[in-house]
Amino acid sequence: MSEFDETAKTLNFDSPNSYVGRSVTRPNARRLAQGRGQFVDDIVLPRMVHVAYARSPHAHARIVAIKSKKAQAMPGVVRVVTGAEIAMVVKPYVGVLTHLQGMRSPPQYPLAVDVARWQGEPVAAVVAASRAEAEDAVETVEVEYEELPAALDAERALDPSEPKIHKELDSNLCFTRTVDTGGVDAAMKSAHLVVEDTIVFGRHTGVTMEPRAIVADYNRADESITVYHCGQSPHMMQGIIASRLSLDEHRVRIVVRDVGGSFGIKIHTYGDEIAACALSLMLGRPVKFAADRYESFLSDIHARDHRVKAKLAVDREGNMLALEIDDLTGVGPYSMFPRSSGVECNQIVNLTGGPYKHKEYRAKGTVVFQNKNMMCQYRAVGHPIAIAVAEHLVDQAAAKLRLDPAEMRKRNLIPDDAYPYKSPSGMRFEALSHHKCIDKLLELMDYEGLRREQAELRKKGIHRGIGLSSFIEVTNPSPMFYGVGGARIAAQDGCTIKLDANGSIVAATGVTEQGQGTETIMAQIAATALGVEMSCVKVLTGDTDKVPYGGGTWASRAAGIGGEAVLQASLALKRNILEVGAVILKTGAAELDIADGKVVKKGTEQGLSLAELARICYYRGNELPIDFQPELVVTRHYRVKDYAFVFSNGAQGCLLEVDTDTGFVKLLKMWCVDDCGRVINPKLVDEQARGGIVQGIGGALFEHCIYDDRGQLLNATLADYLVPMAAEMPDIVCAHVETPTKTSMLGAKGAGEAGTGGAPAAIMNAVNDALRPLGAKVTSQPMTPEIILRALGKVR
Amino acid sequence: MNTLLETVEISLTVNGERVKRMVPVRLNLADFLRNELELTGTHVGCEHGVCGACTVRVDGEIVRGCLLFACQADGCKVDTIEGLSDSRELEELQSAFVLTNALQCGFCTPGVLMAAQALLRDLPDPSREQIREYLSGNYCRCTGYQAIVDAIEAVAKARAGRAK
Repeated sequence: MSEFDETAKTLNFDSPNSYVGRSVTRPNARRLAQGRGQFVDDIVLPRMVHVAYARSPHAHARIVAIKSKKAQAMPGVVRVVTGAEIAMVVKPYVGVLTHLQGMRSPPQYPLAVDVARWQGEPVAAVVAASRAEAEDAVETVEVEYEELPAALDAERALDPSEPKIHKELDSNLCFTRTVDTGGVDAAMKSAHLVVEDTIVFGRHTGVTMEPRAIVADYNRADESITVYHCGQSPHMMQGIIASRLSLDEHRVRIVVRDVGGSFGIKIHTYGDEIAACALSLMLGRPVKFAADRYESFLSDIHARDHRVKAKLAVDREGNMLALEIDDLTGVGPYSMFPRSSGVECNQIVNLTGGPYKHKEYRAKGTVVFQNKNMMCQYRAVGHPIAIAVAEHLVDQAAAKLRLDPAEMRKRNLIPDDAYPYKSPSGMRFEALSHHKCIDKLLELMDYEGLRREQAELRKKGIHRGIGLSSFIEVTNPSPMFYGVGGARIAAQDGCTIKLDANGSIVAATGVTEQGQGTETIMAQIAATALGVEMSCVKVLTGDTDKVPYGGGTWASRAAGIGGEAVLQASLALKRNILEVGAVILKTGAAELDIADGKVVKKGTEQGLSLAELARICYYRGNELPIDFQPELVVTRHYRVKDYAFVFSNGAQGCLLEVDTDTGFVKLLKMWCVDDCGRVINPKLVDEQARGGIVQGIGGALFEHCIYDDRGQLLNATLADYLVPMAAEMPDIVCAHVETPTKTSMLGAKGAGEAGTGGAPAAIMNAVNDALRPLGAKVTSQPMTPEIILRALGKVR
Repeated sequence: MNTLLETVEISLTVNGERVKRMVPVRLNLADFLRNELELTGTHVGCEHGVCGACTVRVDGEIVRGCLLFACQADGCKVDTIEGLSDSRELEELQSAFVLTNALQCGFCTPGVLMAAQALLRDLPDPSREQIREYLSGNYCRCTGYQAIVDAIEAVAKARAGRAK
């Protein structure tokens, strides 16, 4: 950072001209509001054909034969291709990370070969002139299956009597990990109180409004492929497609334009997408695959589906002494490539109880294979479970001790002056603000007032519940997340920024935009660092041919990591501009600054506009000294070095009412106080919190992928799978505490997942707060009316 | 089999322009607009009338583009997000959406705007609850809905203020 010391001194995020810290609107929102976005399914290329897939109707079945003659003769059909044929073009992939020791998963092909292992796994591809014709022909592909017994229940997956999903593995075990500080048993034994419960989290999925889609355009002449992808990690996809299809990586171009929601769903290797690329290679023409909603439910990754046995020991005053968890999850028949399906469980082991100062911790995580759709990372990976488990136990202990849950938290949260701090699971926290956050939350909620109102309403038979959650969130991951495990997923990110000939600024960044506002905040940072109007800054994202190599958008990294790269690149460009200005104005660069788009002598307003400076550099170089070469394009990169992750933290509150006759939960209001370090755009951060909380509400109350005992997904439509709708959602009040991280000059931590992570805990605590006087308790999510009525003993 | 491929000729007015096409009888209006007329602002999210992303206006009423066959729109006047943006009918709502950040990915937004405009026509001064209730047929996965409610409420109040 030393080279920027002089330039960086001029940086002031608190100045009136700073865009950082301001709720500016998103320049790209107007285009989307007018329906002028370009999503992948909007793209039409010359000679483009469409693919639809025959998918296994069985959870587990041997593919005896595939007869495609009829399909081949259907109108519009170009080619019918089996899984075995695709496997001749595509190298298989294995979704394990080496730092998750012992993890295993067999090689996987894009389409099933010989055996289909979940209902919905693609087994054959039909390429036709239109999607409708491809679907017609899929109906006529005759696949002869021999149904095999399926392993469905994660609890039984390791029983020797259960069907083994892969013959090359001795059991259905994927991964297991334990953490043990050594003193848990002794602490449990001597504790004043031990509370324990088994908490169950249902499977759900991301339900992006735009289903997954890809257009692959292979050009035989130069052996290149351009892939239009709705995804979050273009360079990761570039590497995957190159390596799986044996192409030169520099001849693979990934273009990500508008993405209709992603949430972690669109960051994995899906067989139907890789097969579309393979088909483009085989046919030498563009191939489009656009999933329909049914296919989305059957093949988009699912998430959560954890059973956690948990125990908490406390002393007489409510001080937490020891926490123990045993997490079990079934992740489908393979570990997803390349991020693996062990990460959610691993995060639960890492994070459970993370906000608290207990010393003893034991955690066991077990990941098993099963014949259901694959599970992998979805927004707030592991956090909703880790947080709900600990917060549930904290509330249970508080209730037993007749302590207020807010007081219980204050006694146990890591003090705000105790950082840096290392958690019993080994997580290192740089600087968190749990106490500031919960104090602010309680004030925002008028917690005491709510408690009084609750007591009054109880007398009238109205059952209100108030729930709290304190949480940490993994953000700004270092290479210790994926890179260390051998995955070709960049933790660093870069920015190339230039001053164009007309005086405008163009910044290209490796992180991507899915509507969260990436392009806006990058423009805010660049404009602030350079001293120009934000409208002069254009931000480029989502094109491997045009942006520096980067990781993309996941694990709440875009603002913190991508933003720091933009800041450093902007400061470097500013230094170069000032050098040019010094030459033209015949003064020292240290005497100059940029303000309002002009190079000015510090403290004055008159100066040289960037347009004039650029004009001289690009067109009238003859006016410059012979020994001086202006450099108006610079690139800078950034990675987190000092910590594995830069944790953020926060607290949420929930107020709801339970109808004890119907089991319905009415959410009345939610509150969120989040500390994501420096807030670049308060409005956008609030909207990340709100949108995230509503996804958390979905998981807590509504969303559930329901399988029957033959492995059939029973509710694979948007009519049957419940997502939060406008009418049921509460208003959500947001506030911030700002503890900028010192791992970067920008100081920003991630903000995209805290809402989803913290909400289910606050809601479950609120439901149980409402039910407690009735002697009832809910320990599984989603907390449907049926679950609540069962807890109340009103249905069996 | 033949019924799948049976085609009919339809004539309709889309965004003020007269359009005549031969279409398969099974083609739905959303796919017709997107694939035949290249009006890709109308989005397809579920294809069974639940999510509302394909909401368009037919003869002045909002409908699900995925639940109407193109041939049922024969002789009708169809308005899509492109037309209502060009005519600036939605400008006030669109500006409010941008200002409150009532859209993130923007996939549901054209449908939400169609519904919001219809709501404010039928109910010029809706409560927040009424806005939420009316929007129950439009799924948004990004915003959590609050900013959408804020935007529509702001436009309703601005219009009411002007009417005084």
